[in-house]
Amino acid sequence: MGRVVVEVMPKPEILDPQGKAVVGALPRLGFTQFVSVRQGKRFELEVEGDVTPEVLAAAQQAAETMLSNPIIEDVVAVFDAADREKACC
Amino acid sequence: MSAELGGARIGVITFPGTLDDRDAQRAVCLAGGTPVALWHADSDLQGVDAVVIPGGFSYGDYLRAGAISRFAAAMASVADAAAGGMPVLGICNGFQILTEAHLLPGSMVKNDHLHFICREQVLVVENAATAWTNQFEQGQRITIPLKNQDGQYVADDKTLDMLEAEGRVVFRYDGWNPNGSRRNIAGITNERGNVVGLMPHPEHAVEAGFGPDAQTGTRQGTDGLGFFTSVLSALVKA
Repeated sequence: MGRVVVEVMPKPEILDPQGKAVVGALPRLGFTQFVSVRQGKRFELEVEGDVTPEVLAAAQQAAETMLSNPIIEDVVAVFDAADREKACC
Repeated sequence: MSAELGGARIGVITFPGTLDDRDAQRAVCLAGGTPVALWHADSDLQGVDAVVIPGGFSYGDYLRAGAISRFAAAMASVADAAAGGMPVLGICNGFQILTEAHLLPGSMVKNDHLHFICREQVLVVENAATAWTNQFEQGQRITIPLKNQDGQYVADDKTLDMLEAEGRVVFRYDGWNPNGSRRNIAGITNERGNVVGLMPHPEHAVEAGFGPDAQTGTRQGTDGLGFFTSVLSALVKA
C-alpha cells in the first residue's frame, strides 16, 4: 500500500486566526519562545500498490483542485511517504 | 402579488448538512414565488427560473466551508445556468460554495476573533441594480441576521479594487466589522449582476414576529423579503 502526503498552508498574506489562537495559548504552558504559529493541513492519500509518477501527478492535481483553495492556501509539498521515511532513517 | 410573479419558480438546493433550506423556501413563498426543492446530487434543476444556495454546514465544513459541495452534480448545472444569466443567490454557506466554485471571487476564512457570531446586523446596500437587490435603494440600510464561524471575506487587493471599481460590492457591514472582512464587505456580485453571495441571512427576516427587531417593534423586521421580491421582479422584466 503506497501513501502520498499532501501539505497545505494558509498563504503568508492571509492572517491565520487559528495559528493566532495557538500562539496566544502557548505561553500559558510556559512555551514563551514561540512568537508566531501558522496552522496548516496534512493529507495522507493511500493507493493500492506503489506510488508511481502518475499517482504523484494525480495527487498534485487533487491538491490544487480540491485539497487547497488557491485564493487562501498554498500547496507546499506533495511527496511519497516512503521517500520521507527513508530520508529520516 | 400578481399571478405573473407567483408563476416564478425558485429552486432551493439542499446539501448534506444544509440548515436553512426550509426557511429559504418559505421566504420565496412569502415573496409570492413558488419554491422548488432541489437535491445536490441531482443535476436536473427542474426548469427553475432562479436558484438559492442556502446556509448551513454542508459536509460539516470539512476540508473548507463549501469545498466539497462545490463539486455536487447540481452545482455544475448551476454554473451553466448562471453563465446563461439565471439569478443565483448564495447565503452564508451558499456564498462559500459560490466562491469555492469560482462563480464569485475571493474566499472566506475564520472570523478574526475566532468566535461563532449570531446577531442582528445592519448592512448598507451598495448596489441596488442586481437581480437580488433591485427592490432596495442605493445606500439603504437593512437589518438581517448574521450567524457564522467562517465569515471573514478575503481577496487580494487587485481583486478588491476591481470589485470596488465595477460596483460589485453589493453589501457592506455598517457601524462595525463583525468578522474582519476586507473593506467591510458582506456581499458581492458577478460582472453580470445575476449571481450574488452574502454572509448574512435575508431568509430569516421575512415575516413579522420572527425577524430582527425593528422600529415597528420587537421581531418585526422583514428587510430580507426584498431579496426575494427583487428576483421575482427581475424575472418578470427578463
